[in-house]
Amino acid sequence: MFSRVLIANRGEIAARVSRTCRRLGIESHAVYSVADADALHVREADGATHIGASPVAESYINVEAVIDAAVAAGCDAVHPGYGLLSENAHFAQACEQRGITFIGPAPEHMDLMGNKDQARRTMRGLGLPVIPGSDGAVSDEEAEAAAAAVGYPLLIKASFGGGGIGMASVRRPQQFARSLRRARSSASRAFGSGDVYLERLLVEPHHIELQVFGDGEGGVFILGDRECSVQRRHQKVIEEAPAPAPGFTAELRERLYAQVRDAVSQLRYRNAGTIECLLDASGEIFFLEMNTRLQVEHPVTEMVSGQDLVEWQLRIAAGEPLSELPPPAPPDGHAIESRIYAEDPETLLPSPGSVDLLEVPDEEWLRLDTGVAGGDDVPHYYDPLMAKLIVHGASRAQALQRLQQALAGTRIEGIKHNVPFLQRVIQTPEFQQGDYTVALTDRLLAS
Amino acid sequence: MRPVAEEVKSPMAGTIFELLVEQGDEVDEGDELIILESMKMEIPVEAPSAGSVSEVRVAQGDQVQEGDVLVTLG
Repeated sequence: MFSRVLIANRGEIAARVSRTCRRLGIESHAVYSVADADALHVREADGATHIGASPVAESYINVEAVIDAAVAAGCDAVHPGYGLLSENAHFAQACEQRGITFIGPAPEHMDLMGNKDQARRTMRGLGLPVIPGSDGAVSDEEAEAAAAAVGYPLLIKASFGGGGIGMASVRRPQQFARSLRRARSSASRAFGSGDVYLERLLVEPHHIELQVFGDGEGGVFILGDRECSVQRRHQKVIEEAPAPAPGFTAELRERLYAQVRDAVSQLRYRNAGTIECLLDASGEIFFLEMNTRLQVEHPVTEMVSGQDLVEWQLRIAAGEPLSELPPPAPPDGHAIESRIYAEDPETLLPSPGSVDLLEVPDEEWLRLDTGVAGGDDVPHYYDPLMAKLIVHGASRAQALQRLQQALAGTRIEGIKHNVPFLQRVIQTPEFQQGDYTVALTDRLLAS
Repeated sequence: MRPVAEEVKSPMAGTIFELLVEQGDEVDEGDELIILESMKMEIPVEAPSAGSVSEVRVAQGDQVQEGDVLVTLG
């Protein structure tokens, strides 16, 4: 096992990785920018290195600065968390070249899945159903014909995209040319490539995903599923495990698990990954994309599996075989996570500032993963995620009742936050019944 | 009589991502003046009323605080 791990991240995830390191007797080493000099993730780590100015380009995603910090601090591995450098194959390669283990998949799998269009075609070749769409990126010349072949409504998606950037939904052919121009320019600004492809737009689908672990030699564990259909701006807000969608029947679940296990095994994928899927109203399920890292919402899987996913990542990266890990078992009860963002609860626009107080009820069924405590800043340079509140119950009904209780008892002062919005979401009849789609928050905001 | 200058203030702390107008430009109510970047989001700042841009007080890349004056409209 490793002796000292550099955590190339910030906020709640960096603090959370530190905790597992400490439990396993591994020293954790943080990195920080100017704005984060006094941040909680720095206080939680055993050591820390200042790596640059506040904008992420000058600190957290500066490959050389992060690796230099790891070498100088004597770290033998790097945990990338999520976001930032976590899906950057060049960073993973550079770590290995400097003799530091990258805790994650092989760089070629990160590259393959980073190109969303290539990922879609690869997984189709490995037997997973994919949403009908254009075969490959479309040029301006062939775009109109490709769009007509896919049919309306359709989605224009950036090949190298993520987080909803460079994505446009088009309902009518007359809107297509304008949307294509806009998607291309926003994709090239954000990802350095204006490549886009087309996909049929599924109306009001459920977002369902599978947690996988591979050993790099074809061995695969599937550690259950999650539903993440509560989203705003294509970012998740509330997630639960197991997925409650009634359309995700036992039969469909069994078939999807078998298909995913087979595809991920053929890929010879290593370490943690997530297979994201969309389930449409007709009961068909499609592969959407594969995330080659730990997900923000991994705690719901931990709560129903009793496993620590960061520990699994560390053990696999250290070369332990999957057979040393406990085999996946049926979920124990139900877990729901709600993300606490620094944002206006009405408009959902970001609202940076400083936190005077952040407190949640003290219950054995409640877990708080937080990046801030009272007295801390939430700088405007970074994502607005402050904390994640996760509850467990013997049943979904109990978990839901506990989430209501936990949110009602949450006290946050000094900064605007979305807890009132979370409370509105979970009180909708759709959420209460466990049958809601990605359209839920839009409907709520329009009302 | 000259209308009173209207100050357009930053709705939140952030970085000036893009300036869409310059001094002397005529704008309509609701036109986007500036794109502010805050917490990984691009947030357009719109003209609260029609007028001409009498002053642009910020440059691309500037850090601003909530309430800072970005542009004045005459």
